[in-house]
Amino acid sequence: MHEMGIVYHVADEVEKIAAQNDICHIGSVTLQIGEVTGVIFDYMSDLWGWVSDKSSLLKGSRLLYEQIPAVTLCKSCGQRYSTVQSGRQCPHCGSWDTVLVQGNEYIIKQIEADS
Amino acid sequence: MSKVRVIDVHTGIFDENNRIADEIRRQNQADQTFLVNIMASPGAGKTSVLLRTIRELKRQYRIGVMEADIDYAIDAEKMEREDIPAIQVHTGGECAMDAAMTRQALSEFSSKDFDLIFLENVGNLVCPAENDTGASVNVEILSVPEGDDKPLKYPLMFQVCQVVLINKIDTKKFFAFDDEAVKARIHALNPDAKVFFLSAKTGEGFDQWTGWLKAQLQLRS
Repeated sequence: MHEMGIVYHVADEVEKIAAQNDICHIGSVTLQIGEVTGVIFDYMSDLWGWVSDKSSLLKGSRLLYEQIPAVTLCKSCGQRYSTVQSGRQCPHCGSWDTVLVQGNEYIIKQIEADS
Repeated sequence: MSKVRVIDVHTGIFDENNRIADEIRRQNQADQTFLVNIMASPGAGKTSVLLRTIRELKRQYRIGVMEADIDYAIDAEKMEREDIPAIQVHTGGECAMDAAMTRQALSEFSSKDFDLIFLENVGNLVCPAENDTGASVNVEILSVPEGDDKPLKYPLMFQVCQVVLINKIDTKKFFAFDDEAVKARIHALNPDAKVFFLSAKTGEGFDQWTGWLKAQLQLRS
């Protein structure tokens, strides 16, 4: 259930941003989550319902998300490939000397204020 | 009539956590308190490793333990039976300690009265790796019965740790555990990680681990 901790962090951050921008109610929050973070978005969405219900700022708001695909760079041949398809070993040259360049992000992209 | 306003945020979800974690590290450095975050799966032997480590060091250093669990206080009670100052932190269902919880626990524990504090994190190889607690050093305990493949399955945990303790080496005759393979897998993820092989039951290998820990404590004073 690492989704629970993440949802709390998001709610805290959104409360702060709302206070700084004189926002009274949030319509939606959009996250960008990397493909290999292991986050199950359906869980996040259920937890958001439960957490947001306790806050007048967030009550009824929607949690949306965009997935950032995971990409690995091979340091031997310089090519990039899909991490989820091929894992740690480069499918082009067989090297294990590879590094994840994107796909482990946890980002609050934007919030939509409706009042 | 309601107007919709869109605000671009582009903030990392863990940014605030990481900011608090850096504050904790600065404060602990000023107080000369060394905070060790111990992470492992349930049953890897976190409490037994800690008890033996503390028995070996407690004459030289003032040591405290913060036990983090979802519920119950059995680990803190074990520490108190040995006269080791301990507090139990309940994470309220969360699967790891975060920096804010750690800061609160440290302040309730009057952390500056200690040279060395162990944070025994919730037993889990996923969430504790994602949450920087502000520890001076992260230690992962992997026990022989869990298998030498764990670095492949939980890479982030092995990336964020400066030290990996391979525990329960006294059980090696019962398991196919390859020391060289596990070291190679850990170093592929984290070339600087220190790997120590030990047994909390027999005490084998503890000198290297406690020696390393003492060297870190001396560096700070």
